[in-house]
Amino acid sequence: MAKDHANGPEELESLIKEVLEAYPEKARKKRAKHLAVTTATDEAPDPVTGIASNCDAAKSNIKSVPGVMTIRGCAYAGSKGVVWGPIKDMVHISHGPVGCGQYSWSQRRNYYVGETGVDSFVTMQFTTDFQEKDIVFGGDKKLEKTIDEINGLFPLANGITVQSECPIGLIGDDIEAVAKKKHKDIGKTIVPVRCEGFRGVSQSLGHHIANDAVRDWIFEKPESEAAKSYEPGPYDVNIIGDYNIGGDAWASRILLEEIGLSVVGCWSGDATLAEMERAPKARLNLIHCYRSMNYICRYMEEKYAIGWMEYNFFGPTQIAASLRAIAAQFDATIQENAEKVIAKYQPLVDAVLAKYRPRLEGKSVMLYVGGLRPRHVVTAYDDLGMVIAGTGYEFAHADDYKRTGHYVKEGTLIYDDVTGYELEKFIERVRPDLVGSGIKEKYPVQKMGIPFRQMHSWDYSGPYHGYDGFAIFARDMDMAINNPVWGLFDAPWLAAPAALAAE
Amino acid sequence: MAKLRQIAFYGKGGIGKSTTSQNTLAALVEMGQKILIVGCDPKADSTRLILNTKLQDTVLHLAAEAGSVEDLELEDVMKVGYKGIKCTEAGGPEPGVGCAGRGVITAINFLEENGAYEDVDYVSYDVLGDVVCGGFAMPIRENKAQEIYIVMSGEMMALYAANNIAKGILKYANSGGVRLGGLICNERQTDRELELAEALASRLGCKMIHFVPRDNIVQHAELRRETVIQYAPDSKQAEEYRELARKIHANSGQGVIPTPITMEELEDMLMDFGIMQTEEDREKQIAALEASKAG
Repeated sequence: MAKDHANGPEELESLIKEVLEAYPEKARKKRAKHLAVTTATDEAPDPVTGIASNCDAAKSNIKSVPGVMTIRGCAYAGSKGVVWGPIKDMVHISHGPVGCGQYSWSQRRNYYVGETGVDSFVTMQFTTDFQEKDIVFGGDKKLEKTIDEINGLFPLANGITVQSECPIGLIGDDIEAVAKKKHKDIGKTIVPVRCEGFRGVSQSLGHHIANDAVRDWIFEKPESEAAKSYEPGPYDVNIIGDYNIGGDAWASRILLEEIGLSVVGCWSGDATLAEMERAPKARLNLIHCYRSMNYICRYMEEKYAIGWMEYNFFGPTQIAASLRAIAAQFDATIQENAEKVIAKYQPLVDAVLAKYRPRLEGKSVMLYVGGLRPRHVVTAYDDLGMVIAGTGYEFAHADDYKRTGHYVKEGTLIYDDVTGYELEKFIERVRPDLVGSGIKEKYPVQKMGIPFRQMHSWDYSGPYHGYDGFAIFARDMDMAINNPVWGLFDAPWLAAPAALAAE
Repeated sequence: MAKLRQIAFYGKGGIGKSTTSQNTLAALVEMGQKILIVGCDPKADSTRLILNTKLQDTVLHLAAEAGSVEDLELEDVMKVGYKGIKCTEAGGPEPGVGCAGRGVITAINFLEENGAYEDVDYVSYDVLGDVVCGGFAMPIRENKAQEIYIVMSGEMMALYAANNIAKGILKYANSGGVRLGGLICNERQTDRELELAEALASRLGCKMIHFVPRDNIVQHAELRRETVIQYAPDSKQAEEYRELARKIHANSGQGVIPTPITMEELEDMLMDFGIMQTEEDREKQIAALEASKAG
């Protein structure tokens, strides 16, 4: 039955060994490097979480082993799906055969304000729909035609990006030349992105390629009118790496504005092209999803001398710490405001904790998500009295695991690029009270009789960022775990005869 | 009807594959064989000497115009030329764009599915240059051509290409059953050309099928968009092609699995023939040259 974190590191180590047994020798050797249990470290504990563990044991950002069911995505997913897709006033063309765009259509729940099909296009699907003749004769002409059609049909679109699917790289179409030509023709920003799915080991390279495309095709082009006419203020900041999933960015923006900051751009949830263009005018970049957008922050730091800092708006502990850390970058007024805002929301936090903490105290959680959540949401669970039994990333790099050591205690199970088989076995044996992962994992886990929440899409709920989001987060976790359905899981005719006799 | 024979001509670009193959096929048709030519070169010049025309409409261009290859009929793409030889060209994109290899695959599948291979004795593929990608290996793969004839000469790069093509054949020899029919040497009047061709053939473990001497009459015929067989049927050169055709016809089922050699072995062979200098000789030559300058 439900065991918790108290399983102990030895038991988890032997569980890893047991799971690896299923593989042939070569695959076993490779996969062994991605599975670990966190150990003690001499490093000073994190000032916010009070935790320091050694989470460096897991190898990461390496090619998945052929034959396993990896949960990763591809470079196209990283660029189109994550970084570029949410920019609402640009049309993003899935350039190539129809499938990539069709099956990833509107899956990230990037909320936005706007008239869809008039001035906003996030939930629409555009594709060049390659046919055999486009492969054989090249698709540049078709791309030009598509851009012309988009420009004619959607005159309020402020720009177009070309998101390359695999065949574009294979046949070597010159999408950069098309972008330059059509920019001259129609005068709008056109960004070619070389995010062919076969590049790299996961969606992570797609993020990087997308960041580089922002650099090369927006920042390193002549300054736009939107950027020129913007008058910078002393409290200007950018939110970087918040994709407004279920309204996350809005819940974050409120807090920053309440402490007196002015959000110039939000990358890229509910963003406009102008917000991207004006970003270099800000004083500070606040980065939420470090993995997918640290590249452009480093570039802005180098080129425009804009500092950047990471923050975390999941759960009241991290929100308060982040608000204080952000305020510390500004003057006393902002710092006072931050304290006022934290105090203002304290009653809300207290009410949420009073209601849900008793219902969730001591429950264990296993996570398997993408860029920042495997560590960023940990403190939110901790605020509710819940414990992390295991966590892992689809496409993290070493620096992500390094940071994870500040969130999870020693003795936590870590699984990098976990395979379908491994995750299932881990869940089966650890039997946490809740699993947080994606849609592919949801139903198998629920069939095991274990509550589940999708932690990519917030399971069609959200926002989870900010104080408002925390209330929803707490409600959703309670709803999943304490749902009466789990008590009905065993068929009545399988109940012990003694119990039946007693009736 | 005898079993369908599928043969393919490969070789370095510009070596004379299309000229050699069309002349040979014109000679084969004289022997009463029914022939289909499948040109697998985006240049689409594999059938012009047979059709006596400039260039034939290609499968892929017609398909692009019609929408897709499914919209085509066989009659649209197949022309009949010299003495009933059926001619098709795969075609492909202009240089530098798209994927010609995919085009070859599409075109061959279309021809097969639509019955172009019925009622012929020979299918002959004429394939561009080196085997650059999977598409151009199509005639070697999937039990298409049973025998590959490599057109080469005594030039270094032609030998190199021939060896490379042999590697491609070796790759598919066990899975698809393709064999190397032999080498056809198209004379370029390089040093010890025949010997060199024979030496390479023996290294590859195959036959030197025929040594086609250089004759300007080929050029004259080509300028009139004709084969030598058609242009000057009584010429000595026409007889050479007839001889080549007879040898190929008699070579049925006698192809081999080639034993390609490494680049070093190929260079060693050229040194043995005194065509390529050894490093020592080259050093001596440089020393002599410098000595003469100093003097």
